[in-house]
Amino acid sequence: MNARPLAAGLALALLVLASLGTGAARIDLAAGGGWTTLVLMESRLPRTLAVLLTGAALAVAGTVIQSLVRNRFVGPDTAGTGESAALGLLGITLLAPAAPIWIKMVAASLAAMAGTALFLAIVRRLPVREVMLVPIAGLVLSGIIGSVVTWIAWEADLLQFVGTWLGSGEFSGVIAGRYELLWIAGAAAGLAWFAADRFAILSLGDGVAIGLGLSTRGVMRLGMVVVSVVSALVVTTVGMIPFVGLVVPNIVARIMGDNLRASIPVVAAGGAGLLLACDLLGRIVRHPYEIPVGTILGIAGSVIFLWLLYRPVSHG
Amino acid sequence: MIRINGLTHRIGATPILHDIDLTLPRGKLIALIGPNGAGKSTLLRLVARLEPLQAGRIEIDGLDLATTGTERLALAMAVMGQQTHVASRLRVAELVGFGRWPHHHGRPRAADREAVEQALDAFGLTPLRHRFLDEISGGQAQRAHLAMTFAQGTDWLLLDEPLNNLDMAHSRTLMARLADLVGARGRSVLTVVHEVNYAAAWADHIIAMKDGRIVAEGAPETVLTEPVLSALYDTPIEVSRHDDRPLVLHHHWHDQLGSPFPKPSDDTLRVLH
Ligand SMILES: Nc1ncnc2c1ncn2[C@@H]1O[C@H](COP(=O)(O)OP(=O)(O)OP(=O)(O)O)[C@@H](O)[C@H]1O
Ligand SMILES: [Mg+2]
Repeated sequence: MNARPLAAGLALALLVLASLGTGAARIDLAAGGGWTTLVLMESRLPRTLAVLLTGAALAVAGTVIQSLVRNRFVGPDTAGTGESAALGLLGITLLAPAAPIWIKMVAASLAAMAGTALFLAIVRRLPVREVMLVPIAGLVLSGIIGSVVTWIAWEADLLQFVGTWLGSGEFSGVIAGRYELLWIAGAAAGLAWFAADRFAILSLGDGVAIGLGLSTRGVMRLGMVVVSVVSALVVTTVGMIPFVGLVVPNIVARIMGDNLRASIPVVAAGGAGLLLACDLLGRIVRHPYEIPVGTILGIAGSVIFLWLLYRPVSHG
Repeated sequence: MIRINGLTHRIGATPILHDIDLTLPRGKLIALIGPNGAGKSTLLRLVARLEPLQAGRIEIDGLDLATTGTERLALAMAVMGQQTHVASRLRVAELVGFGRWPHHHGRPRAADREAVEQALDAFGLTPLRHRFLDEISGGQAQRAHLAMTFAQGTDWLLLDEPLNNLDMAHSRTLMARLADLVGARGRSVLTVVHEVNYAAAWADHIIAMKDGRIVAEGAPETVLTEPVLSALYDTPIEVSRHDDRPLVLHHHWHDQLGSPFPKPSDDTLRVLH
């Protein structure tokens, strides 16, 4: 029983070590020295932390949005949330170019929240049985908001600027001082764990949730904050990271179910591990060049997702 | 005691409930009967604050539904809806455990664990406790939901068709448990029942609804009569007696059947036989 978490923890630790040891610059972890410390502290460690935080936060945000809409085929990246964050950031950049970074993040988060609220409002009006309409609605909404962003950026001659948010996410630019906002995304995921029972109860249906004395609106709002803050911070710091928030919650739910109090830590570790493995692969395949992790995930994620789609479903 | 005054409800422009006044006494097993679409679930959902009140007033043991917080109400009544399917992949014991959530908000104490064990045991779920809800049968899942409602341990239980999917033995066990909650522990139960003989055998009080109105109310003897039931269900119904209680004979073909379906021709009957 206890062997599995131990093995998973060991695998994650090995990935972290590999990540610290892999990059364009040559360093010797065993020998140490000033150069090694510099590379580690300024580049490798920040990058590794950024990947871990992003993967964990996105996977947890995926669990949260899946419980809000009671549908397993959505993720924070397919609900229009990331595009809305980009729209907010673009708006504040146009209106107040000199605004400090935290104001920009707040604007991006608020816009992401509005986008998520719109998605939830649409989903709540869809017939419950039409399971696949939910992800389709998300993709359509993402597409529409994404093209609004592109159009405004094109008009304002900022296309290159938004390209970093809407394009394949990558971590090659992460150095100390340029990733720390991701800790807030990590904190938002921690908040989700704190409220795990509430999300688990909400996914049993409004009737059960109200019967147990839960304020469904309050839980929805909390979930929206978590998903939006995570998406906004990830998109603006490293760009779009697909599939992590979709496939990791699905795999974990299949293995250990939807008791979120127990599963959210596993979801977080799984998201961190998957993203770190993909990022590492991107660094190794064409060494010393890099393939963006978003591209690797686009391939790996869609394969996993197709597998999840085609596996036999128990009880409708 | 649950007091309902001037309760009117519409969905869109369609009136569903018409100015209902009703008092549900404490310490009784109350059955709510009536044809499909009568408004039973709507009434139950309104009492359970699952539907916003449009007009009228509902009070549960002195708590005004309109002004009492939902958390407080979760300690006064437990609800089980008509539709119990959930998409969530929970284990049976985890689902039942959530029944205690109103008491501990995430930090179960010994008393909470004890209540969960008792509820699991009461519905024969102990052997299934580690199974996922989507990997058990419909009746087993129904029992898991009932156990969750029981575990909540409230003075009032509101159940919408709890006998759905249950076999004969489990149906009878459930009614006996409800009667025991009422008789031995002074709890109060309001349950929607379609199989009127369970109401006849176990209920203390019966409320009959039709077209959004209460059409009859009282002890089983006074409500489960041929004229009341025949009018309620728009079909001739025979009532006999057994063990000093009414026994409703509704399951067989009746010559005066005025149902929307024509009486099967002799040919069809022969084929069926
Ligand atoms: N969402 C809805 N939209 C429109 N009408 C509805 C809706 N839900 C219920 N109704 C109508 O309200 C009336 C009462 O429904 P309700 O579910 O309360 O009946 P019921 O007595 O519980 O029936 P059943 O025995 O079939 O469960 C019915 O005529 C039904 O058609
Ligand atoms: Mg009903």
